[in-house]
Amino acid sequence: MSDGAKPLAGARARLSWHEWLLDEEPSSRRQTVWGEFYRKCRRFAANRLAMGGLIAVLLLVVLSLLAPVLAPYDPHAQALASRLAPPSAAHWLGTDELGRDLLSRLLYGGRITLGMVVAVVVLVAPFGLLVGCVAGYLGGLTDRILMRLTDIFLAFPRLILALAFVAALKPGIGSAVIAIALTSWPPYARLARADTLTIRDADFIAAVRLAGASAGRIILRHIVPLALSSVIVRVSLDMAGIIITAAGLGFLGMGAQPPASEWGTMIATSRDYILEQWWVPAAPGIAIFVAAFAFNLLGDGLRDVLDPKAR
Amino acid sequence: MIGVENLRIRFGDVEAVRGISFAVAKGESFGIVGESGSGKSTVLRAIAGLNRNWEGRILFDGEPMAPQRPRSFFRRVQMVFQDPYGSLHPRQTVDRQLAEPLMIHGIDGIDTRIVRALDEAGLAARLRFRYPHQLSGGQRQRVAIARALIADPEVLLLDEPTSALDVSIQAEILNLLADLQRARRLTYLLVSHNLAVVTHLCPLIGVMQAGEMVERLTVEALRAGHITHPHTAQLRRLALELEEV
Repeated sequence: MSDGAKPLAGARARLSWHEWLLDEEPSSRRQTVWGEFYRKCRRFAANRLAMGGLIAVLLLVVLSLLAPVLAPYDPHAQALASRLAPPSAAHWLGTDELGRDLLSRLLYGGRITLGMVVAVVVLVAPFGLLVGCVAGYLGGLTDRILMRLTDIFLAFPRLILALAFVAALKPGIGSAVIAIALTSWPPYARLARADTLTIRDADFIAAVRLAGASAGRIILRHIVPLALSSVIVRVSLDMAGIIITAAGLGFLGMGAQPPASEWGTMIATSRDYILEQWWVPAAPGIAIFVAAFAFNLLGDGLRDVLDPKAR
Repeated sequence: MIGVENLRIRFGDVEAVRGISFAVAKGESFGIVGESGSGKSTVLRAIAGLNRNWEGRILFDGEPMAPQRPRSFFRRVQMVFQDPYGSLHPRQTVDRQLAEPLMIHGIDGIDTRIVRALDEAGLAARLRFRYPHQLSGGQRQRVAIARALIADPEVLLLDEPTSALDVSIQAEILNLLADLQRARRLTYLLVSHNLAVVTHLCPLIGVMQAGEMVERLTVEALRAGHITHPHTAQLRRLALELEEV
């Protein structure tokens, strides 16, 4: 025997967090759950592109949340004397056609744009997931009704329906969110239904039925968790599309209304200066690009971690 | 305890089960043997309430059962599936899967019951918080058995409980099932294509062929060769040949 490399009984108490989390034989429910989460985080962290995406997303969120602290000027304060000024020490990103500081508007605009995205996702993902799982598990008439409904919404071109919807209501952030939500839930329902169909006849679902579980319990506790990961992945990949749709609606004057500084609206109001004062539309344009790109990278990383089929 | 009278099951145009009848008394074991496609698993799934499209009568404790079973039925009748790789939820720990029936039936003392169920099924306590993919096939089938027994049922429906396992593990699982039956006075209804498996657990055997039960006999009669139907003789010859190899 070499010099005392044998683990002592008391060594267990001195385990580091890392060892506790990676224990192959966890001894409590909490340890299992956190251990599994920690393993997924480690796998995600090993993917540098995905980490880049995550950091960029977090940075955008934090910058937007801290806009009141960080913004050097009031985003709505006009200074016509210094309109369309190029980037300088006083205005890092320059000013727009009304002399408003672009950096401040960009930071505040992030709150609106990212807020819209979050609102859409919060509305759409649970709804689509539930519709898909219920349709897939119950089958029969329920399935047919829910899926035809899904098909109807899927058949509408997204931007056109959103435009019609916003035009019917009053243009604004709320209407834009509802319009985007209405047109973006069907893919999640389809995805969740497809996942549900592959597992509903599995023996482990039959076993839960034999335990006396109700359909609601089976769907919520046994099917939804399995269908969830592919929906999460799809959501993070769709975020880019939602940002662009939100900005597109803003650009068409159907989203956030001036003087609110939504990124798409900012580009729209500055399109007359795109050649001479290119920095005015460039700032929100780059912001949209960075946000969309970051969400895409994040989504790819999440897929590698969460989607069992991609492994 | 469990009876079937003139049970008929069809899938579309195919009649998978063509009017079979049998009864299993309390504490007894009845084994159904037959080739794949003979309809034996279909019978079991209909009794369990997983398949609701059947005609005839299914009796439990002397009472005819409706296709839709009440929750109390699942407290008393449980099932073990053929494939232990498919019968455990892939994203739930052993602990969670054992707790589920207890939570559904509102049974107290979940922790102590889980510990006892693992012990009874011959599983080490350290496996409690593992995921199915971290277990071997034999361990998984033990978890499935523990899950079936955790709410103290009276009847266990066994659908080819060993055919997805290695031969050496098969014997272990069969012995476990035999021990559990003795200890808990369980009623077994076992389905298998393997005559040796059926005779190991069940003193009474029904032979199925093409959706009909062609013969019913005791293990002694089988061993002594008192066989009336040619299909039974064929299955027996096959089993003997395999043993000699």
